[in-house]
Amino acid sequence: MPMLHTVNKSPFERRTLDTALRHAVKGAGVLLIEDGVYAAFDGTVVAEKVKAALADHKIYVLGPDIAARGMSEHHVIDGLEVVDYGGFVDLVTEYDKVQSWL
Amino acid sequence: MSEPWEDDELDGPVRKFMYVNRRAPYGTIYALESLEVVLIAAAFEQDVTLVFMDDGVYQIKKDQNTDAIGVKNFSPTYRALEGYDVEKLYVEKESLESRGLTTDDLVVPVQVVNNDQLAELMEEQEVILSF
Repeated sequence: MPMLHTVNKSPFERRTLDTALRHAVKGAGVLLIEDGVYAAFDGTVVAEKVKAALADHKIYVLGPDIAARGMSEHHVIDGLEVVDYGGFVDLVTEYDKVQSWL
Repeated sequence: MSEPWEDDELDGPVRKFMYVNRRAPYGTIYALESLEVVLIAAAFEQDVTLVFMDDGVYQIKKDQNTDAIGVKNFSPTYRALEGYDVEKLYVEKESLESRGLTTDDLVVPVQVVNNDQLAELMEEQEVILSF
């Protein structure tokens, strides 16, 4: 398995998600955490970019960070997978390594 | 002789303060710090206006539940601002729309203003603090 990229910055404020996607090989995973979860929802100006990335990447989003921010898992873009902290740990073990984009 | 802070008549100048909130609530400390400073200004009976724009609109998103991340949920405090006579709350229309949000998603009643209207409001202030 290639790498898991974690992104913890809001896509509306920083370019971190763009940078991570630009450096992720096909098959690499992307996990949205902390303010990075704001990229995960339908109806925003970044949603199309995230949908397009699904062609080459599995994209995961951390459920506890969604709940903390008052966002709804029901509005998560189709094709993204919501994981809990246990799922986060599983991903870290499944992928060969992790790159934490800050 | 009484000390200045014991004076019953707090008759210092009342200034128009605007607090501009542009950060999401939990990723950084800005949102919480802004809220603290707003409450201080309110305690000194200043003329306070709050603006939520860019990711700041997320500060007043409904249904925040921080149990699983182990951080205090301070969003209910925005509902208490009315009790401190902080009632001028503005949200930038473009910021809401680009995030797929509407005023129904917010914990407090706000006035929605566009870019240009917000620029005018900013010009009317005496002090602007950006967080």
